[in-house]
Formats: sequence, structure tokens, C-alpha cells
Amino acid sequence: MLPWLGIAFMIGLGELLTRTEMISSRHFPPPSEMFAALADELTTAEFWTAVGNTMQGWALGLAIACAIAIPVGIVIGSSSLLYRSVRAVIEFLRPIPSVALIPLAVLIWGSGLESKVFLAAFAATWPLLMQTLYGVQDVDPVATDTARSFGFGRGQRLLHVTLPSAVPYIATGVRISAAVALILAVTAELVIGSPGLGREINIARQSEAVDIMYALIAVTGLLGWGVNIVFARVERRVLHWHPSQRVEVAK
Amino acid sequence: MRSRALATTLEITVPVLLLVLWGLLSAGSDTYYFPPLTDILRTFMDTWVFERVRSDVLPSLTRLALGYGIACSVAVAAGLALGLSTPLRRATDPIVQFLRAIPPPALLPFGILVLGVGNAMKIFIIAFVCLWPVLLNTIDGVAGVDPTLRETARVYEIGPVDRVLRVTLPAAAPQIFAGMRTALSLALILMVISEMVASTNGIGYFVLQAQRSFAIPEMWSGILLLGILGYVLNALFLLVERRVLRWHRGSRASALS
Repeated sequence: MLPWLGIAFMIGLGELLTRTEMISSRHFPPPSEMFAALADELTTAEFWTAVGNTMQGWALGLAIACAIAIPVGIVIGSSSLLYRSVRAVIEFLRPIPSVALIPLAVLIWGSGLESKVFLAAFAATWPLLMQTLYGVQDVDPVATDTARSFGFGRGQRLLHVTLPSAVPYIATGVRISAAVALILAVTAELVIGSPGLGREINIARQSEAVDIMYALIAVTGLLGWGVNIVFARVERRVLHWHPSQRVEVAK
Repeated sequence: MRSRALATTLEITVPVLLLVLWGLLSAGSDTYYFPPLTDILRTFMDTWVFERVRSDVLPSLTRLALGYGIACSVAVAAGLALGLSTPLRRATDPIVQFLRAIPPPALLPFGILVLGVGNAMKIFIIAFVCLWPVLLNTIDGVAGVDPTLRETARVYEIGPVDRVLRVTLPAAAPQIFAGMRTALSLALILMVISEMVASTNGIGYFVLQAQRSFAIPEMWSGILLLGILGYVLNALFLLVERRVLRWHRGSRASALS
């Protein structure tokens, strides 16, 4: 009940403030008009194309990030010598804001899909790589030693001991990276004008279609929210055997 | 012990080797987009030491500090209120979740429309985005304070103000710091984005201008500067965190040993 009351209160407050011109409706249209604009948008083909473009950039970027970060993380994480030798390099590359590479991407790939995918993939790789590294290194030594004394080889240990215990970390990493990739896809559309929701928002602002602009911003918020929920669900389903998912039930 | 010495040696030599490799590979480079490393470094010295510190670096860092500072203070205060009151937390949860999920750059047009293209807009964008990780971590930290601690404080009749300042906040501090660290890298990213979209100075503006005028070594030097900034800010933060949370690490270590 309470969450719905909270939502209703916020919408009501927005309506009141804008209808009474406490907030200029030129800058912030009443929520009811925003919803009307949103309903209109939902029926146009351009809107769905834009959503499709954004999601395409997002999905490709995330897939590339997974394909790079998970194997690299497993390889580096399972050898302490290797880890120590590249740690400084990773620590230096990781905090580079991915948006700093926007000019480079534009130079090399122009303002199309490739730039968007590159930026999303670059940004999404780091959190996932770090999570994979932590996961692989956080294996219970007792489990590894037990496997070793039962004569498990290196490959078998990796497959049967290290990977299963690293999976929860990797899953969290994928969820974080999914959000990051979406943010970068929208950023690329806004800043360099690749087709997608971000560009539509910019166009709406330039043509002073304020209600459409807010409707589109809300859509990007809902997308981000939806992506998070879907990944959390999948995570719970896949990891049902893991203690971290069972805590809730135990309480 | 020998393998440990080897690891330390590798840790230092590999990055150096990579840098040398980059320098060698790019030395005779006439590829337009990837100029020789020496050119980039020379441009870096020419541009940033200390030519543009006042005109671009300082304005950028001021915005970053203001936005980040505002976000942290608001988020800790609000997170404390929401963490202490369950009904309030449940009522605001959908709004928090929704606002948090909006990709931050999507708010730029809103910021420009309402606040114009000046500093206020950039600080607002940085603050708005940094707010969420700190807020969510504060809420979780405050709500998750060990009940024994809370009840002990109540039994000893510690007043509400002291309880918040001396029990709740310190107990939630490790988690609040985790949120602040996430927010710091976000602040840097948003600083760059806001300067790329509408600005007349700042590091983000400089990098974009360099690209548009095809000043490739300048562009690379800007990217390099942003990387160094990110690294230094992160290191500074860890230093502060280690100081402030020293008691926490101490208590953890003693509990383990």
C-alpha cells in the first residue's frame, strides 16, 4: 500500500505545483500532460525504432564486455603472478572515465552504432572484470585443497570448484555492467547523436517539446529499472543453490 | 619468499614495459589517430603544465567538488531519515528506484532547460547523479545496524541525538564510504559529459574541441589527464577512508584473529 501512496503523492504534488504555476509549466509540464505525451509517443513507429536502437547498442556492448571481461578475469584471477603483474595496469585504466574516449570513438567510427557499442563495451568491461577477479580469488581454500588432494587436475579444479564459487560475483558484475552499458548507450546518443532515445530527447529539447522530452526521460528511467529487475530475477533463478540467495528465506 | 620477490618485481616492471612498448610501437607512427607517445607527452607538458590549469582544470575540479559535496551531505542526511523510519522508506522506495534508474545524461536536457548552461546546471547534474549510490548505501547501512547495538544504546538511555551521532552513523560508516567511492567515479564522468554538451571551459570541453579541430595529440593529452585525475582521486579517497575507518578495520582484524 505505502509504495503506491508515495507514487500518488509525488504525482499529485507535481500536478499541484505546475497547475498553480509555482513551478513554471514551460520548464516542467504537469504530470498529466506528460502521461498524455507518453501515450502519444507509444503509438508512433519512430519511438519504437529509437527504443530498438538504444537496446541494440546496449545489448551488443554488454555482450562484448561479457565476452572480454569474464575469460580475461578468470585467466588473470587464477594465477597470482599474472594478477600481480597486471594489477597496476588495470588500476590505472579502470578509473579512466569512458566518456573521455568519446572524441576518439567519433574520430575512428563516426557517429553511428559502432561508436555507441564501443563506449558501452568499454565502460561495462571494468566492473565485470573486477567482479570476476574478486570472485575467482575468493574461492574457499579448503575446497581447492580438498579437490587437489582428491587428485583433481588444474582444469577440473577450475571447472568444478573455482567457477561455481565465482558465479555469484560474476552475476552481480553482469547486473552492474548492464546498467552501465545502458547509461553509456544513451550518453553516446545524446553527445554524438547516434540514433536512439538519447537523440530523440535532444531533439525534443531543441524543438521545445517539453512534455515529449520528459516522457522520453521517463522511458529511459523505466528501461534502466526494467533491465535491473530482469537481471535480478535471472540471477535469483540461476543461483537458487547459492547461500546469498537463500538468506531471505532463512530470515 | 622468492616467488614473492618475483611478484613484486613483475608488478613494477610489467607496467613500465607496457609503457615502453607503447612508446616504441608508436615511435615512427604516421597513423593519424595514434600519434607517437613522445608527441602526446610533449603536448601534455605544453598544454597542462601549467598553462591550462587555471582556465580549464580549476573550473572543472570546482564543479566536481561542489556537486560531489552537495550530493554526499544531502544523501547522508536523507538516508539517515529514511533508514530510521520504515514507513517513510517504503513510501519513497519506488520514487528513489525510478529516479536512480534514469541514465544520468538523459537529465542534461532537463538541466539545460531549467538552469541554463552555466555552472549551476553542471553542479546540479553531478550532485543529482552522485546522490543515489550514497543514499542507497546510507539507507541500507542505517537500517542494518546491529540490533544489539541499538538496544544496548537504548538500555543505557543514550539520548536520540547521541544515539544517531555515536552509534548509528559510525556503524553505517563503512557502507556509506562504499557508496561515496562509487559516487566519486560517477562525479568525474558527469563532469566530463556536462562539459562536453554545453560549456566554454573545462577538461571535457577541451578534449571535445581538440577532436573537432583534429588536434589529435591535444585530444590524447586530455584523455591522459582524465585518466590520471581518476587514478589520483581514487587513491586520495582510499587514503581518507583508511584514516576515518581505521577503528573499523582494527575491530574486524581482532575479531578474526
